Amino acid sequence: MAAENYSMVKALNEALRRSLEADPKTLVMGEDVGRLGGVFRVTDGLHKDFGDARIIDTPLAESGIMGTAIGLALRGYRPVVEIQFDGFVYPAFDQIVTQLAKMHARALGHVKLPITVRIPFGGGIGAVEHHSESHEAYFAHTAGLKVVSPSNPVDAHWMLRQAIASDDPVIFLEPKRRYWDKGVVDPLGEAPAPLHSARVARPGRDLTLIAYGPMVKVCLEAAEAAAEDGHQIEVVDLRSLSPVDFDTLEASVKRTGRAVVVHEAPVFMGMGSELAARITERCFYSLEAPVLRVGGYFAPYPPSRVEETYLPDLDRVLDAVDRALAF
Amino acid sequence: MTVESTAGTATAAVPELVQLLTPEGERVEHPRFSLETTPEELRSIYRDLVLVRRFDGEATALQRQGELGLWASLLGQEAAQVGSGRAQRPGDWAFPTYREHGVAWCKGVDPLNLLGMFRGVNHGGWDPYEKNFQLYTIVIGSQTLHATGYAMGITKDGTDDAVVAYFGDGASSQGDVNEAFTFASVYNAPVVFFCQNNQWAISEPTERQTRVPLYQRAAGFGFPGVRVDGNDVLACLAVTRWALERARNGEGPTLIEAFTYRMGAHTTSDDPTRYRIADELEEWKLKDPIERVKAYLVREEWADQEFFDAVDAESEQLARRVREGVRNMPDPDPTSIFGHVYAEGHALVDEERAQYVEYAASFDGSEEVGEGR
Ligand SMILES: Cc1ncc(C[n+]2csc(CCOP(=O)(O)OP(=O)(O)O)c2C)c(N)n1
Ligand SMILES: [Mg+2]
Repeated sequence: MAAENYSMVKALNEALRRSLEADPKTLVMGEDVGRLGGVFRVTDGLHKDFGDARIIDTPLAESGIMGTAIGLALRGYRPVVEIQFDGFVYPAFDQIVTQLAKMHARALGHVKLPITVRIPFGGGIGAVEHHSESHEAYFAHTAGLKVVSPSNPVDAHWMLRQAIASDDPVIFLEPKRRYWDKGVVDPLGEAPAPLHSARVARPGRDLTLIAYGPMVKVCLEAAEAAAEDGHQIEVVDLRSLSPVDFDTLEASVKRTGRAVVVHEAPVFMGMGSELAARITERCFYSLEAPVLRVGGYFAPYPPSRVEETYLPDLDRVLDAVDRALAF
Repeated sequence: MTVESTAGTATAAVPELVQLLTPEGERVEHPRFSLETTPEELRSIYRDLVLVRRFDGEATALQRQGELGLWASLLGQEAAQVGSGRAQRPGDWAFPTYREHGVAWCKGVDPLNLLGMFRGVNHGGWDPYEKNFQLYTIVIGSQTLHATGYAMGITKDGTDDAVVAYFGDGASSQGDVNEAFTFASVYNAPVVFFCQNNQWAISEPTERQTRVPLYQRAAGFGFPGVRVDGNDVLACLAVTRWALERARNGEGPTLIEAFTYRMGAHTTSDDPTRYRIADELEEWKLKDPIERVKAYLVREEWADQEFFDAVDAESEQLARRVREGVRNMPDPDPTSIFGHVYAEGHALVDEERAQYVEYAASFDGSEEVGEGR
């Protein structure tokens, strides 16, 4: 089978299928992942082909899902957990932070927990409360977890396969508003890059826009718009939020002298805060402007009819680009 | 006899189901639960059931028309909600999930209030103290703990109010729900756990959550559990009243499992044809919660065609009011994002609000310039 035009959902589905085929210890577990195929259909068809024993519809209890996934991993399995929506990971948060993240260290390396936690995250789909959260900072703040977020179907496919193959716990944040974007994926090919590497999604020399997951597309559009005004904007797709590929960021910002970080999550204490601080440390003498951040406000994610105000869009990114360029 | 899988044996014995009105509309007696109803009260119950169903149907239609982003229909669960809702006194509190439109109705909450969050103009927005009806809760099971804590407060205050905590069969698996059972039991809290077992948690059947009938779980926590015909409004009313009386009398919590069926999709986003067979639906159609009340009213000659027509007309009026109300619901002002984040205010919220206002104003300016040209 050659390369195919896949939606992100299909790219993820195909990644799960390949991983299940490659390793009989790989399991998929979560709410409604079986016959329904998940509320976003990411696990569509897997139950039919791999059966009850490997595609596990769990009771409605996220702490239970996470805790039993840990037990299964201790027994040599490789669970891929689906959390139905971002806002419902919190019942599992205790297991993730106090157990999943720390067990390898506590056992002095004798225990490995190769668990992938897939979470559809972020807003922009007009959903009700708790279905639009961006909680990446909570996870990235926790040593022992790896955190990644693809921005397009190709990365979604390969990064999920890499995450499942990883012997560390990986929080895999799927930008749900990009689920239906298309891309050409060749499942028989090779992963385009290591899991924890950033990627220059668009080269430029005047300023570096840094984003991940859902905001990469917005930044690419902003770079396109800025080009009409004669500004060459570089866009770096971070891909991995922990660890962060600071070398790629440093190289970019040292060339451009300016950086703007964009995410949906609130700016305060968000990923952008850490990125800005590290970039400043590494690139201080190359910087022409402070590293600016564009993100959600310090307020609960709003009702869907005003979410467009809350979410960074082309205009807000360009506004920050202009401010950075004006320094 | 060979012992088969435990799943088979555990559910083999048909558990007792409290019923006072059969699907055919026959009034039957139950040794433990009795109910006195006047014809007038029955007509009022019928009216509630019909209006609630009509409201729900209208909301589904409004979602299809794009006026709501989502709707979680209560179709099939009217009796469980109207029965348990009517059992409450005004001082009692209800802690709902996202599907308790019928309970809200009985508590006197304006149905339009329920639609704001489904339209996407707020996250609830009503004042829970106004009708003692807490905000809808989307995170499965959370509200059962709030209900228990509220009930603990009632005990401390020494009043005879009580609380009803609503949740689903799926929710029965959540840690929060089981912790609520524990707290309620330990503190002998005046709370009624009202579980609507509608047989499904999205695509997962109840067997995915439990191998014993849900009401039996209560025994392990140290309080009584009762399974009631959730499509029998009279049984739901009688059993909830009984449980609330127990709560008021200091006898502690009760678990009621209202055995019912989710006749529609989980929400308007769901496609149940992917996971359940139509036969099941047909079977439950024969147990419709409204038809049996109507049959009873007709048999006893407590209502005539004029009455039924009047209720239908009223339900159409309600639908019209809801339709118009929803269409006229204004989108929130963007600055409302920053409203009510804190009771005492917060410097960063204020700062970001000011930044946003300035930013938004910069567009007004440019638009004006554009228009001027
Ligand atoms: C903590 C949490 N996990 C997952 C969900 C997603 N979800 C919404 S409703 C639902 C099923 C609930 O089933 P049940 O408790 O039986 O209530 P019903 O919808 O049938 O009324 C799920 C899994 C959620 N809202 N909250
Ligand atoms: Mg249910």
